[in-house]
Amino acid sequence: MTISRRNLLKGAAAAPLASMALPAFAQDKIKIGFIFLGPVGDYGWTWAHNKGREAVEAALGDKVETIYTENVAEDASAEAAIRDLCNAGCKLVFTTSYGYMDQTIKVAAEFPDVKFEHCTGFKRADNVSTYNSKFHEGRAVLGTIAGKMSKSGTLGYLGSFKVPEVVLGVNAFALAAQKQNPAATVKLVMIDSWFDPPKEAAATETLVNLGCDVVTTHTDSPAALQILEQKGLFGFGQGADMSTFAPTAHLTAIEDIWGPYYVARAQAIVDGTWASADTWDGMKEGTVVISPYNAAIPADVAALADGVQAGYKDGTYDIFTGPIFDQDGVERVKAGEVMALADLAVIDWFVKGVESAS
Amino acid sequence: MRYKLEKRREPSMAMLVITPVASVIVTMLVGILAFDALGVDGWAAVRDIFLTPLLASHKWQDVAVKAAPLVIIALGLSVGNRAQVWNIGAEGQYVIGALAAAGVGLAFGQAGGFFVILAMIAAGCLGGALWALIPAVLRTRFSVNEVLSSLMLTYVSLQVLGYLVGGPWKDPNGRNFPATAPLPEGQMLPALDGSTIHLGIVVALILPFAFWLLMSRSTFGYQVRVVGSSPHAARHGGFDAKQTIWATMLIGGAMAGLAGSLELTGALHKVDLGFASGYGFTAIIVAFLGRLNPFGCLLAGIVLAVTSVGGQLAKTTVHIPDSTAGIFQAMMLFLILASDILIRYRIAKRA
Repeated sequence: MTISRRNLLKGAAAAPLASMALPAFAQDKIKIGFIFLGPVGDYGWTWAHNKGREAVEAALGDKVETIYTENVAEDASAEAAIRDLCNAGCKLVFTTSYGYMDQTIKVAAEFPDVKFEHCTGFKRADNVSTYNSKFHEGRAVLGTIAGKMSKSGTLGYLGSFKVPEVVLGVNAFALAAQKQNPAATVKLVMIDSWFDPPKEAAATETLVNLGCDVVTTHTDSPAALQILEQKGLFGFGQGADMSTFAPTAHLTAIEDIWGPYYVARAQAIVDGTWASADTWDGMKEGTVVISPYNAAIPADVAALADGVQAGYKDGTYDIFTGPIFDQDGVERVKAGEVMALADLAVIDWFVKGVESAS
Repeated sequence: MRYKLEKRREPSMAMLVITPVASVIVTMLVGILAFDALGVDGWAAVRDIFLTPLLASHKWQDVAVKAAPLVIIALGLSVGNRAQVWNIGAEGQYVIGALAAAGVGLAFGQAGGFFVILAMIAAGCLGGALWALIPAVLRTRFSVNEVLSSLMLTYVSLQVLGYLVGGPWKDPNGRNFPATAPLPEGQMLPALDGSTIHLGIVVALILPFAFWLLMSRSTFGYQVRVVGSSPHAARHGGFDAKQTIWATMLIGGAMAGLAGSLELTGALHKVDLGFASGYGFTAIIVAFLGRLNPFGCLLAGIVLAVTSVGGQLAKTTVHIPDSTAGIFQAMMLFLILASDILIRYRIAKRA
């Protein structure tokens, strides 16, 4: 082989690559663990997180392997489950529900060499990051569609718990609907569970009986959509495209896309660059994605919904722009003001037009 | 050749011991076969569900933490069940007990120490007992079936919990998430260094002896057993059935409340919406699995804790789905209860 300049360059480029690749082959793959709230087959919240896990396998499968535990209760058993993953040799553990917060912090203190990622919480440590998604941006799109599609002007919201994430979702949905129909009201039911198909179905029946003709869900199964399909009414998917469960009723869905974040954090572990952080991404970053629209949505409504999406992507739209009044009619946000992220994160009041139905 | 069941003159003590053990072994064997047939490593699954929690020392603490509330609640329930009093609402009494303890803790602010913790636990017992008093009053005054009233009060208790942790007791630094503030260090039960083993587990180990003394060495225990097995004889003997209902409901409620306050001060250190996670219901199974015997309850509580801890472990190690662990528990319970028939009956050849 003649030594040409080109070959020399090739060799120089290849050498560090080879030396970098070698340790990866020589040692075991890095283990990454996931704690899931529901079953991976819930077709909602946990399903979406599991898709994120699969994205990590797909992107970094030669360097990492993933393990997971599903249906982990948000009590002392979560602590044991997180500890199990650490004992199994995980270097990075994703705990994917708010209720694992204190357990994550506690176990993280016992395993300083393991990094943790806690979803939707607010307590951090040197080895604990938090991450969340601006689901409410998607709720604004759903509210826009619902405000236009509802004949009765009475919308339903199937909620889980009164936590800031859900309050934000309710408010974004109601405010967006009222932009299209100022008289629109939102009936709210909380079922005290994230995943309970029979309860979700029963609560949906209640909302329908109260006159709601479009219902959105903040719980994780397609049960509500199946009821709406039977009744010939409309609804939205939560966490994932659920159109196969209710082809007629399913107007669109908020899809939680965790893959890019999970891959980035896993890559940081591989590279040794992981650092504790607080991440709250949304539509702009691709964490919140709206599913394809149902053919039942007229073109003008679809255009309005697209407008909201485009506005969030280029930063020209924010549903939490004043004036905003609370349930008692008190002005909480002045005209032209936009609520700060820090205020959104702790919100505990509902906007005007939200009525408790439970 | 045909067989028939023949009633034994006396329940077989040998079978009483053999059938539960045999049931566990049969469950393990059927499990290995079923999993292998499904293409999963059956032995690994069964090993992780039934044996690893017992053999791996780092899993002992998980078993102990899980077993303690089950044992304590089951002890209280078994007293009532002996007297044919059916308290199904231990879950609610557990919740109210924990809330009572949390309330006392909050009243003391950041203060802690032995007497504060003692007051919290006493409040827990009292809260649970008072919650159980409602179905007792309804039953003795208005003949309301305690199965329904105690069960439905569980849902009421969850509403109380939701109201308190989302309203007046909400952690001011908790970003408006519905939960109480974490307990100050001084209000936590002492725990072994570097482990989750807390003093409540010691209580769960001592209580079976106390209940054994109560049930087999005291007039009260005798009264409960007589009222339960032959109400007519009890009346002739001068035992008051109503008084027995009151007493046994109070004991059941107090124990559930105790378990709730120990879970708060020993394990979870705060009350949030996930606090009630079914111990009160599982304890009903524990009481019957333990044959309403105090030491039986201890053993049964450990067995259920092992399968639950092991089931969770097997989800991570051999990737069995969550429902599989449930199937294992159900299969074991079914076999134990079904084989109960061998205690009172024997299989004999038909003549």
